[in-house]
Amino acid sequence: MGMTMTQKILASHAGLSEVKPGDLIMADLDLVLGNDITAPVAIDVFDKIKAAAVFDKHKVALVPDHFAPNKDIKAAEQCKKMRMFAGEHEITNYFEIGQMGVEHALLPEKGLVVAGNLVIGADSHTCTYGALGAFSTGVGSTDMAAGMATGKAWFKVPAALKFVLTGKMNQYVSGKDVILHIIGMIGVDGALYKSMEFVGAGIANLTMDDRFTIANMAIEAGAKNGIFPVDDRTIDYIESHSQKEYTVYAADEDAEYEQVIEIDLSTVKPTVAFPHLPENTRTTDEITEPVYIDQVVIGSCTNGRLSDFSKAAKIFKGHQVAKGVRTLIIPATQKIYLQCMELGYFKTFVEAGAIISAPTCGPCLGGHMGILAAGERCVATTNRNFVGRMGHVDSEVYLANPEVAAASAILGRIADPTEL
Amino acid sequence: MKAKGKVFRYGSNVDTDVIIPARYLNTSDPSELAQHCMEDIDADFVKLVKAGDIIVADKNFGCGSSREHAPLSIKTAGISCVIAADFARIFYRNAINIGLPILECPEAAADIEAGDTVEVDFNTGLIINVSKNKTYQGQAFPEFMQKLIAAGGLVNFINEQ
Ligand code: SF4
Repeated sequence: MGMTMTQKILASHAGLSEVKPGDLIMADLDLVLGNDITAPVAIDVFDKIKAAAVFDKHKVALVPDHFAPNKDIKAAEQCKKMRMFAGEHEITNYFEIGQMGVEHALLPEKGLVVAGNLVIGADSHTCTYGALGAFSTGVGSTDMAAGMATGKAWFKVPAALKFVLTGKMNQYVSGKDVILHIIGMIGVDGALYKSMEFVGAGIANLTMDDRFTIANMAIEAGAKNGIFPVDDRTIDYIESHSQKEYTVYAADEDAEYEQVIEIDLSTVKPTVAFPHLPENTRTTDEITEPVYIDQVVIGSCTNGRLSDFSKAAKIFKGHQVAKGVRTLIIPATQKIYLQCMELGYFKTFVEAGAIISAPTCGPCLGGHMGILAAGERCVATTNRNFVGRMGHVDSEVYLANPEVAAASAILGRIADPTEL
Repeated sequence: MKAKGKVFRYGSNVDTDVIIPARYLNTSDPSELAQHCMEDIDADFVKLVKAGDIIVADKNFGCGSSREHAPLSIKTAGISCVIAADFARIFYRNAINIGLPILECPEAAADIEAGDTVEVDFNTGLIINVSKNKTYQGQAFPEFMQKLIAAGGLVNFINEQ
């Protein structure tokens, strides 16, 4: 039987010539990731493993990004625990404040993940690296600890859904709208336990940033991973960011998919996920009653990359943030921060009345830097709008692309960029 | 291994942000986490839960983040088992890895009500609703996962090898 891309990567890392959905395998890991929330728990577990040493000090990545720069004393203790562990085990890929960024934007940028890799991360959005033709998936802290100690993890081989993308996206539509459109269609459990494999001629029209955004939100459909085929654009990206050797896997012609879904990218419209699930999607033209807002956040592992800010800056240029709307710009990494500065985007944002934060997850998970009070509404380019995600249980998060978020900041209500 | 207790009942897509809100994740102390378990979906949960009680929910329980703090807070709060129509995959892994028994059974999830007394046999996957005098067959774990659970979680499993 033919294998999907995901199945091929899993088989090769388990030393098997073939795997099929449902098989339980032990596979070798190319990278194990943790952050300041999950790594401290993993370190406690690691210490319970007999004679534990890190399997490979170059294959562990530790990123203090969630509550960092330390938001309070407890968070400072968590970060310290991770820093001490990194020192003790001589972890080469520990990223201190000053080098750090939001993990899923940082790791590809640092060239730590390449095509054909098998990566686990104690963070659900680890699935982001599927954009590079890697298998990557979120796990918990115990898996992270076991992975650090043994270089292995157990997996149940997933079945797959195939998304055939054709056509080209229109203006003000980007990867975010494509993935929100898909989640709106299949639901937050539409891909439960499965791989989402994206194929088709339309992929050539997606930038790497679009692909990162789409793969990032595969978990919001319940998927184990999302994965893209490797094309020239992927190889360009990998070769300009990494020295690591990569392997290109392609799905077999006769690979089996539980479902094949076709999406013409030219029909996707700017899409917003209403509270409190990413599946509650409406296109901007379906929003008939004004939804007034208190805050806008542009950033996160979903949409905190350079192209996101260049798009937002174009919208903000010559406009002002509406009175009463707090607007936060959070570049996901130091490099992106610097690029935004050099390209003059920061000037545009500040002149429009937005503020700029150091790289952090911050408000995305209701951590710090922009927490919502009861009854407040936020348009965010992040990936989750669960109850209480960004603050008070009675606050609301609306997920959108950076252009919609910027237009909404200017008009003080959820808005389509064409309304400006 | 068996569990018996009173049921706390929830719907579909109970996410890890309501199981343990991120604002409490600046600590990894299980007993501190347990004090806020389910706070954003059921403020009374922590006050009412007794050791051995059972959570029953519909589809996609534990969706969202990978925080192991979620199953850990449920386990530390005293819950002996979570029954759901199905689970989000990272939660499923985490529960097994830390030794929180969970069972998939759409039939039980559809029928069991809040306050019912329920008994679960983990070896067979059989669920008995004592209050309603009914039984449901849940899905027993595959052999590999049974080994993990028998070892008491992933760490012990590794230590044994
Ligand atoms: S930006 Fe948000 S979703 Fe991404 S890793 Fe940070 S908290 Fe998680």
